[in-house]
Amino acid sequence: MSDTRTTTTTTTTTPATTTIRSRGSVRIDTEVCKGCELCITACPPEVLSMSTEVNHLGYRFPQLHPGCTGCAACQLVCPDFCFEVYRFDEPRLTVVEVSS
Amino acid sequence: MSTHIPVGPVLDTTGPPDGARKVGDLKPDLLLTQEHHMCPGCGEPLTIRVFLEAIQELGVAQKTVAVCGIGCYTSFSGTLDVDLVQALHGRAPSVATGVKRMLPDSVVFTLQGDGDMVNEGLQEVLHTAARGERVTCILLNNGVFGETGGHMTATSVLGQRTKNTLDGRDAQYHGYPILIGDLIAQLQGAVYVARGSVHNAGAIARTKKMFRRAFEAQIRGEGFTFVEVLTMCPTGWFIPTADGPDYMTETLGEVHIMGELKVGGVVRSTEELHTENVRRAEEAAAAKARDLAAKHE
Repeated sequence: MSDTRTTTTTTTTTPATTTIRSRGSVRIDTEVCKGCELCITACPPEVLSMSTEVNHLGYRFPQLHPGCTGCAACQLVCPDFCFEVYRFDEPRLTVVEVSS
Repeated sequence: MSTHIPVGPVLDTTGPPDGARKVGDLKPDLLLTQEHHMCPGCGEPLTIRVFLEAIQELGVAQKTVAVCGIGCYTSFSGTLDVDLVQALHGRAPSVATGVKRMLPDSVVFTLQGDGDMVNEGLQEVLHTAARGERVTCILLNNGVFGETGGHMTATSVLGQRTKNTLDGRDAQYHGYPILIGDLIAQLQGAVYVARGSVHNAGAIARTKKMFRRAFEAQIRGEGFTFVEVLTMCPTGWFIPTADGPDYMTETLGEVHIMGELKVGGVVRSTEELHTENVRRAEEAAAAKARDLAAKHE
């Protein structure tokens, strides 16, 4: 962190963070995805985004960010059967830096 | 289209996460492989998933016979893990009649598209319904002949742009759409008629219940059952794949009103179904607003 080098300052600014709870997760079979983006709009907690790289078919595919609830909406709306849905008994916590 | 950008790092989703229990499988067990030749954003694999899950939950997979029509979905005839007969264009209900009369204990369903059922074989399905054959007909209705290039079918709605109605379907020139679900609901032989959709997760869950009720009615030997499912065909509609669900509810969904058209031999009016759909949409919007408010607190 850049803060360690600025030893002369008396007050150090710690970046604002937020904790995101993940009650579930998914396994994504990206190689059969055809990049239709139906899962992106279907995801209720909005934790899916499209990748910038492509799979062997030449399509972009979804990526998971923290905050999944394991509701299986992505699995229901996926025409290419890419999603395997999991739930955690104890929610996983991810600390994320928030840019102001 | 959502403009929300998720926060946080991209998680590793290549393998199952540690210490989690699986609640949803990649593909239904009655499908041999997850790979298929449908276009991106197609609604047919979604329908196939839910009716296969309904068959499996009812425990009748071993005595199920599918009769497949001609359409994009025909490519699933090699990967469905149930007994299957391939019928000619539109003739699936007649083939299903023969199968059911020879094997009365089996559960027989047809898988047809709107071009196959409503254009090429309208009389077959109407007569099968009128005779009250104990089979289930499944219609995948997307308003276009998807397999042969996306031209107009009898269920295309007025104003719909297809390959041969580039300025939209015109009633004076192309005629009016056939609302096949409403037509079959009027026939005395039909006991359960429903029109579902696959435009979002809630609609897919409701469609699954419709399939269950239809198969249960068939197993009880009540009569003809019919489930129509509105599916997306972004390729045939000339739209981006992500816009498919919204386009479908705004065009096809406005004319082919979703809901259970006939339950236990009692026909429900279009107004009744429409009121129910409006109420459901309002409830969903209110729930979403509540969630958003809770998130911001």
